[in-house]
Amino acid sequence: MRFSIYRYDPEKDAAPRMQDYDIELDPHDRMLLDALIRLKTVDDSLAFRRSCREGVCGSDAMNINGKNGLACITNLKTLKEPVVLRPLPGQPVVRDLIVDMTQFFAQYHSIKPYVVDDEPPPERERLQSPEEREVLNGLYECILCACCSTACPSFWWNPDKFVGPAGLLNAYRFIADSRDHDLEWRLDNMQDPYRLFRCHSIMNCVDVCPKGLNPTRAIGNIKSMVVKRAV
Amino acid sequence: MTGLARRRFDAVIVGAGGSGMRASLQLAEAGLSVAVLSKVFPTRSHTVAAQGGIGASLGNMSEDHWLWHMYDTVKGSDWLGDQDAIEYMCRMAPQVVYELEHFGMPFDRNADGTIYQRPFGGHSANFGEKPVQRACAAADRTGHAMLHTLYQRNVRAHTQFFVEWMALDLVRDDEGAVVGVSALEMESGEVMLLEGKITLLATGGAGRIFAASTNAFINTGDGLGMAARAGLPLQDMEFWQFHPTGVAGAGVLITEGVRGEGGILLNSAGERFMERYAPNLKDLASRDVVSRSMDQEIKEGRGCGPHKDYVLLKLDHLGPEVINKRLPSIREIAIKFANVDPIKEPIPVVPTLHYMMGGIPTNMHGQVMMLASSSSGDARGVPVPGLYAVGECACVSVHGGNRLGTNSLLDLLVFGRSAGDHIVAQNLPAQSHRPLPQDAGEQSLARLARLDGAANGERVADVAADLRRTMQSHCGVFRNQQILAEGVRKVHELEARVARTAIGDKSRIFNTARVEALELDNMIEVAKATVVSAEARRESRGAQARSDYPERDDIHWLKHTLWHRDGNRLDYKPVILKPLTVESFPPKARTY
Repeated sequence: MRFSIYRYDPEKDAAPRMQDYDIELDPHDRMLLDALIRLKTVDDSLAFRRSCREGVCGSDAMNINGKNGLACITNLKTLKEPVVLRPLPGQPVVRDLIVDMTQFFAQYHSIKPYVVDDEPPPERERLQSPEEREVLNGLYECILCACCSTACPSFWWNPDKFVGPAGLLNAYRFIADSRDHDLEWRLDNMQDPYRLFRCHSIMNCVDVCPKGLNPTRAIGNIKSMVVKRAV
Repeated sequence: MTGLARRRFDAVIVGAGGSGMRASLQLAEAGLSVAVLSKVFPTRSHTVAAQGGIGASLGNMSEDHWLWHMYDTVKGSDWLGDQDAIEYMCRMAPQVVYELEHFGMPFDRNADGTIYQRPFGGHSANFGEKPVQRACAAADRTGHAMLHTLYQRNVRAHTQFFVEWMALDLVRDDEGAVVGVSALEMESGEVMLLEGKITLLATGGAGRIFAASTNAFINTGDGLGMAARAGLPLQDMEFWQFHPTGVAGAGVLITEGVRGEGGILLNSAGERFMERYAPNLKDLASRDVVSRSMDQEIKEGRGCGPHKDYVLLKLDHLGPEVINKRLPSIREIAIKFANVDPIKEPIPVVPTLHYMMGGIPTNMHGQVMMLASSSSGDARGVPVPGLYAVGECACVSVHGGNRLGTNSLLDLLVFGRSAGDHIVAQNLPAQSHRPLPQDAGEQSLARLARLDGAANGERVADVAADLRRTMQSHCGVFRNQQILAEGVRKVHELEARVARTAIGDKSRIFNTARVEALELDNMIEVAKATVVSAEARRESRGAQARSDYPERDDIHWLKHTLWHRDGNRLDYKPVILKPLTVESFPPKARTY
């Protein structure tokens, strides 16, 4: 199978380059990650992140034939050759397919990603109805892989000011949690021209999310709450 | 003194999975300066892959009692678990689950608003009478929900993370006290000494020493390798759990929760064969029992598929609603990795390496223990000054010869918290750091210098692949003397090859080839400990099943193995049969 892979080692390379590989795969190589691991046995300098190999840890997000996805759950049979692999777009490249995710996580941290409840907790669990819990489905499953945010033009232009689809999906995960008591702060935190309203509903995020989540819908929900509060 | 850069903290924690982050939370909330090192961003740790649930006798579904949970755990361990630690864990279980809920964990809920609990293998009401719903679940993503919740809570507590830092070696002083670790910052390639008044290992399992494993690539036993190289023993390393339901060919985990929700195992005749092996709990017997039964069916020619080498996990009778609500990720995995939609078709499954019951010996506070040379200390020995271990890398021992499903997440929470509390109680800010020894970091620099200097040698990937194949063939579900003795010999040959590896990539920047070579140094220690301990134990107990010694032998082998790297020496220490407050559960025949 033929691959064309973005290579850049700042210690050796003056500029990034694309390197071609042609490798015979084993019949058991099912996913793109299997092929990358096989490539690495031939060229151990090829650098990429990986861990769980089943789409739940979020390590191996990359740009695959022009679209962001996880290598470990991308079936090789679905890929056109040569398979063009690049690091996630718009992020500083550390090396090869590894990007610096500092900005991405800074935005996640900026939304207070935890349930705020200043009441002393009861002895047992706080009660939550199945309906209240149901609201969190489609939100809590985010794996922070950054496929969505790095597919978003608004995030490319303003990664320091716009929270981005992953951060906003998580913001809504806490807004929507019946146990959270910090709604006012959470909406105040969205109250500027960039943090929330730079989302122009292009929906690239929805298109690429490997977990099938819908950040655009979550962002729409926050927008209407902010607007409703203003009137 | 090596010229390495140094940084000082009250505590250094190696590993940011469930146990490391539960411990760091206690420390950070108490105002200690704590550094948490992790090879990966915290939410990528392997806890994220746990699916089914956390065991705790909340009694939300029907009557339950921590004593029943304790009985199930002791029996599940095949009486190798220490009953004081098991009592402590099962008693603490409801509290740590409620705490996790208070931290914001998105548990599934019952109509009355309480946490939803599902049945799981080996969990019973009234001392084995009937299945009980004890596994506190967030769909089939319990580990993901728990790991993210713990990370989120650590963000709130301003815990300081060192992301993509790989700890290399423990630093011990002349008196044997651990004074910190050497570590590699992967992005820059820089090595640093991180000094801690306390060092806590929470590096997780080492399932990647086997060829077919549910474990993540990062599970290479780094803490165990560090401990072994520092002269510390590893306990009960012959006991590795094969999970009954890994996707055939892919190894990806299918939660026991599938059987908890009503799924059943079928052989090629369409027979629900577990009825024969475990008439009472059937498909929900302990994992070692189910895995051996599956292996038996396959061996006797009742496997499925063209090569008759797997069995089928049937769940279509649960209906789309239950599957989509309670087991959505399982459906996703089956479609992606087995080409079947479980709403319509059964999933091909095989027993797959899943969990390491052994590890670095500790007490209930997470303190790492050594056997005392004199009469000082208790049955567990005496603490190694400055060193703690929790989670899968530790052996306290609550899992003994076989872990009950849901007790791993529980172990992380209970002992992560108890180690954290024990460290906080020592008032570290009032203490000073012990001086670093003159040679601090030299061991790590020598390992790196060898790799950088080796112009040619064997490829790391080749040696690692041979190691995994060897462990798979010689330390699998069924073992005997010949297979194990051959395994010992092969692993020693592999040890020599590990010392002769070379990497082509000499860059300092995010050199993953170097990381994999350093991981192999840890994997070989775990492999040696495993195969040497297994060869010596001439009985069948829990996950160690020997066809030449098919019975459990409580007279000679009701004891814990301690493996020492130096000369592959083995020691033994007694199993603690006396619980903290209740009557002991004495060994008896184990049937489900």
